Amino acid sequence: MYSRALRPLRAVKARSWGPQLTRSYASIPGRPVVDEETTHFGYRDVPKSEKENMVKEVFSSVASKYDVMNDAMSMGVHRLWKDEFVSLLKPGSTRVGKVTRCIDVAGGTGDIALRILDYAREKKADRDLVVDLVDINPEMLKEGQKRFRKTMYHGTPQVAFHVGNAQELGQERFPDSTYDIYTIAFGIRNCTDIPAVLREAHRVLKPGGVFACLEFSKVTQPALASMYESYSFSVIPLLGTIMAGDRASYQYLVESIRRFPSQEDFSRMISDAGFEVGEPEDGGAWRNLWGGISAIHTGVKVA
Amino acid sequence: MAAPRLIPRSIRRSNNFYLKSRHVLSIVSQARQVTKPAYEGHIPLNWAENAFMAVGSAVMSLLDPRRGDMIAALGETTAGNSLYHLREQMLESPEGRKILRERPRVNTDTVDMEKLSALPEGTFGRAYTNWLERCGVTPDTREPVHYIDDPELAYVIQRYRECHDFYHALCNLPVNVESELALKWFEFVHFGLPMAGLGAVFGPLRLNAEKRERLFREYIPWALRCGSTAKPLITVYWEERWEQNIVDMKQELGIWDPPPAVWSKALKESQKAKEKRQARMPDSASIKS
Repeated sequence: MYSRALRPLRAVKARSWGPQLTRSYASIPGRPVVDEETTHFGYRDVPKSEKENMVKEVFSSVASKYDVMNDAMSMGVHRLWKDEFVSLLKPGSTRVGKVTRCIDVAGGTGDIALRILDYAREKKADRDLVVDLVDINPEMLKEGQKRFRKTMYHGTPQVAFHVGNAQELGQERFPDSTYDIYTIAFGIRNCTDIPAVLREAHRVLKPGGVFACLEFSKVTQPALASMYESYSFSVIPLLGTIMAGDRASYQYLVESIRRFPSQEDFSRMISDAGFEVGEPEDGGAWRNLWGGISAIHTGVKVA
Repeated sequence: MAAPRLIPRSIRRSNNFYLKSRHVLSIVSQARQVTKPAYEGHIPLNWAENAFMAVGSAVMSLLDPRRGDMIAALGETTAGNSLYHLREQMLESPEGRKILRERPRVNTDTVDMEKLSALPEGTFGRAYTNWLERCGVTPDTREPVHYIDDPELAYVIQRYRECHDFYHALCNLPVNVESELALKWFEFVHFGLPMAGLGAVFGPLRLNAEKRERLFREYIPWALRCGSTAKPLITVYWEERWEQNIVDMKQELGIWDPPPAVWSKALKESQKAKEKRQARMPDSASIKS
């Protein structure tokens, strides 16, 4: 086969989640039976304590090709969504010297952070805006740092990278009421405890601060829903197999999208965390993009 | 393949376009719901996914020939009816039937490398281990089958993949690109697998002019003649013929040597595998040397 004729063979990851998922604590001798609460990992049920690690593994394995795969899977549309997301926020201030502090959680490769900085610079002539990029996965952050090295923001105080857990950012590094804008794009569905993430967001935002979340959501229009379903479950895992040699991670991706709450439910969760949201309709508490394939949820922290 | 009537008459007859389109679209999405996996590692695909995978793996194999998993996927998605033909060949011979019954696998766990390298020179087993060492490869780097629905046909294609090295050893060809292509031509003529044909046709594009010229002048005529007259190699139970004299074997199977090949430095695979084995069993390693 050619593969051997041209050495060295690159290690292709063919992951199987089987052994990890079927491991049961009761079967390990000597271990006490832990009555563990389970949560969903795509369509599977896993102990809550394991989900974080499994998600971390998924993103470690996709990190190096993350941006390319996003472009391939959404055919470039994710760029439009992210552009609209940031335009909606209008980050930055025309007043020279005013420091707008933004935190981009699960920011990974820096798509949103970069757009925020560019918007502030281009539209508001704002070079004082600061973005703290937080991600639980160090490999994703490395990709983000690599991307930022190609930009003018490298080496400036405008961007900082942190390893952190969205559910528990930590009082020391992320004190209360520090940020004007909190963004999380395509990250919150991977978190085990969404209300905890929302509570942390509420904590670190200043009164008057804006919470904004861009995430895959429910498509209600039936024709679009069927096509989207076929595309998600047929094309995306195959694209993952072909381009990245990793079917399981992309299968997890499409399953986790299906598991995420609907627009109404999620906006209710946001309002439960203490944010002021708009009317429970498209254009109010959320804004559907492309028929609901993704949606932008916003909320304001009132004093 | 006749599809069952999926659209009920009441809907087909109605003038309501919305109703009809909804039903059709739900069928398109249901068509994606394929059967449950038939064996470990099985990924059932419907016809559209299969076509997508065939095209995608073809493109990826050309872009990056080191992606063994893509070459394997291409072979499986384009296999079509050729596997039925190979299985027929196996069923027609007693040796082939035995293989289908016992389903032997070829990897370092099932094949005792130490025993084979202790065999006398001139036997098939010894020739095989000599060839493995000379090229520096192991039989462990084969991707498992994913995209064939019938478990027996999945075994047939797995057997074909795993026996590839035996053909190398028998024909005494190294693992460089020209020799692989010569073997691909041989396999295409002999087994009739579309993937072998694709490899045979597109592979030479990656060679420089001189090597390509040699391939067409010397190797391909050999491959065409030898491949078409040889006894069906898929029916050969290689694991029971380790002690057979290799010259006798070649005569029995109707294979003769290709033009001499250029052997390059050994690859690192077998060295790594040897170190792993010795690390696992430190005592036996000292006895072996």
